[in-house]
Amino acid sequence: MPRVGVFVCWCGVNIAKTVDVEQVAQKASTLPGVVYSTSYRYMCSDPGQELIRNAISEHKLDRVVVASCSPAMHETTFQRAVSEAGLNPYFMEMANIREQDSWVHEDRELATEKAFELIAAAVERVKRAQPLEPLEFSVEKKALVIGGGIAGIQAALDIAEAGFQVYLVEKSPSIGGRMAQFDKTFPTLDCAMCILSPKMVDCYRHPNIKILSYSEVEEVKGFVGNFEVTIKKKARSVNEDLCTGCGLCIERCPTKATSEFDEGIGERKAIYIPFPQAVPLVPVIDREVCLWFTKGRCGLCQRVCPAKAIDYSQQDTYIKEKFGTIIVATGADIFDASVYGEYGYGQHPDIITSAQLERMINSSGPTKGEIIRPSNGKHPESVVFIQCVGSRDEQKGYPYCSRVCCMYTAKHALLLKEHLPNVKTYIFYIDIRAFGKGYEEFVRRVQDEFGAIYIRGRVGRIYPENGKLIVQGTDTLLGQQVKVEADLVVLAAALVPRKDVKDLARKLNISTDEYGWLMEAHPKLRPVETMTKGIFLAGTCQFPKDIPDSVAQASAAASKAIAIMQQESLFSEPVVARVNKNKCVGCFSCKEVCPYSAIEEETVLEQTSGLEKKIAKVNPGLCQGCGNCASACRSQAIDLLGFTSEQLIAQLEGLAKVERE
Amino acid sequence: MKENREWTPRILCLLCRWCAYAGADLAGISRIHYPPTPRVIRFPCSARMDPYFVIKGFREGFDGVLVAGCHPGDCHYSKGNYYARRRFMLLKDLLLFAGIEPERLQIRWISAAEGKKFAQVISEMTEKILPLGPLKIKEISLKRILEKEELWQPLAGSE
Repeated sequence: MPRVGVFVCWCGVNIAKTVDVEQVAQKASTLPGVVYSTSYRYMCSDPGQELIRNAISEHKLDRVVVASCSPAMHETTFQRAVSEAGLNPYFMEMANIREQDSWVHEDRELATEKAFELIAAAVERVKRAQPLEPLEFSVEKKALVIGGGIAGIQAALDIAEAGFQVYLVEKSPSIGGRMAQFDKTFPTLDCAMCILSPKMVDCYRHPNIKILSYSEVEEVKGFVGNFEVTIKKKARSVNEDLCTGCGLCIERCPTKATSEFDEGIGERKAIYIPFPQAVPLVPVIDREVCLWFTKGRCGLCQRVCPAKAIDYSQQDTYIKEKFGTIIVATGADIFDASVYGEYGYGQHPDIITSAQLERMINSSGPTKGEIIRPSNGKHPESVVFIQCVGSRDEQKGYPYCSRVCCMYTAKHALLLKEHLPNVKTYIFYIDIRAFGKGYEEFVRRVQDEFGAIYIRGRVGRIYPENGKLIVQGTDTLLGQQVKVEADLVVLAAALVPRKDVKDLARKLNISTDEYGWLMEAHPKLRPVETMTKGIFLAGTCQFPKDIPDSVAQASAAASKAIAIMQQESLFSEPVVARVNKNKCVGCFSCKEVCPYSAIEEETVLEQTSGLEKKIAKVNPGLCQGCGNCASACRSQAIDLLGFTSEQLIAQLEGLAKVERE
Repeated sequence: MKENREWTPRILCLLCRWCAYAGADLAGISRIHYPPTPRVIRFPCSARMDPYFVIKGFREGFDGVLVAGCHPGDCHYSKGNYYARRRFMLLKDLLLFAGIEPERLQIRWISAAEGKKFAQVISEMTEKILPLGPLKIKEISLKRILEKEELWQPLAGSE
């Protein structure tokens, strides 16, 4: 008969406020098999763990139930505690009486009753536990970084510096991401490209980094330490090894298209490099518009290329690689401002988004740094900014705050004044959120020294009148309607999740939140990890954030990845399926449902008849422990270690039995 | 159950640890209150939830059973929830045949981000089970099945 110890945690008042922990601990001592039970203020603290260890030796316990928070929180803590006292870590079971009891119920009597039932069930379960040993497996010392923006670049550099190989996969023709589009960065007004391009070049030159631009992740298999990833390298139509980046092809190309990099306000050729500092500096042919691909003629670029690098016959290629860890840094999209009909985006050329203004201010942008009204090419005299377009608005956009718009708008107001000293700037806002280091001071400066006029309120309507735009809104501080004449209206469109992020999340087996942001494992304590071991998040794919936060998160994700890869081998939960050789009839229903092809065939001699029979065998190296085979088995011959039918039924009966008493 | 108190149904919850269990945790972390009816068992995947556990739950006297896994396409083990869905759709028919009201078995997809949804599902289930009263498995007879002709209507989707 196992000797079970029950340890009920108060969690300060978190549990004790709603659950009568002392009564529960007292009652638990009457449960069959329980030889010791107690409660303590903080079971996870050092003295709490010491208490468990001492009780194990003092009362000769061989099974432990800890009734406290969710196992997601402290399962490993208590597993370690019991194994330090000489017990197998799987002889410890947790009863979740905080997240799933004291925090969600009000009735103290019912919550106390529930806590006791959960403990009773855990006791029944742990009595049937078997000792399990963690499985050891090797770690591929190579990381995959998905997304070549500032977050991806930083993560790749950090990992490469630590001595590990990195593949940096970027969907577009060049790394650089959003930051490459910016002119200046707030609040220091550093030139964005001046601080970014050295990092891009470092990536390119680093012996440990391999950049796969114009590429996408196609398929992800495997698990931490052993991810098997298929990467699609899209046909660039230019041989990267031969191209010297001279740009002659671009000069001669006769076909023009809208530039994605310039947010739709500039043009590029059919063969193009998105921006002058692109890495790699290799053009790509847009097959949708190129005359060779659409009409079958032209071929100018091929004729002029001195390096003979143009290759129209290039096909998509697929690269298969093994990686130990994956960092996702795919960034964010920008909210489609045309959803706000009253703002008239897309209907009037002088109503633009902040991203478009950013390109306009940039000296390498489509206007060479000239700020103009797109309608007539003249300098604007009055510019109105509208904040929270798509953010903090449950009706038309998203309820969250997009976090960066207040600051980039202040920056724009300042830069405008620098470019056009006589311009008047008006900013319609809901609240000014300037939370970072030096941010509040920056916004003040923009108001005091650069004369930006902040109007608190939403804009109701924008309409053209006498060649100007009339912005009509409410000043909620003065409590009156205001009308502002503008030559240019700039909409601070929110950052939103990438359209294709769900697709990627599915491939990676990670989750997204209600909006589509990639989910971290814990909002406070595991902000860069995902629920899938070995996959980490960096940058705005997780939520809108500014450059310092993205870089910090990227380095954090990199250090997490390094911590995994520098281990000789990893240990996994021994939750794998096991076949009872005597019961298996060899129907192989299990093999059909196994997503990992972990079921193999084995020939054994049947004990009674001495005849050969074919039965199933589990390859523990492939088994991931979903337990599908156990549910599919017709003769109940397969069980899942750690979640055996015996344990689960005992737990269920344990829950049920209490009620009958 | 104590006599001096109103009857509170007890719902056996079979939750996948990657999604619904974490969702239930999130409800706690967000302090979203719901009736004290659920009794949770943590599973590695909805594919591990042998329909037997549901039948066993009813036989052991639970008034309802909630089976919750990851949204279609989001399974941690790629497609375990699809297998679970098929198994439980079949089971629903069987339970109907056995005379167990369909409200008593709910199959839901709840993600790790859906703490609110978990609380809602529990509240709704509790409300639906309350008027049905305790499940008295021994009293269920063919007579009762035949009385409730509407129970024979074909079942709609899982959600």
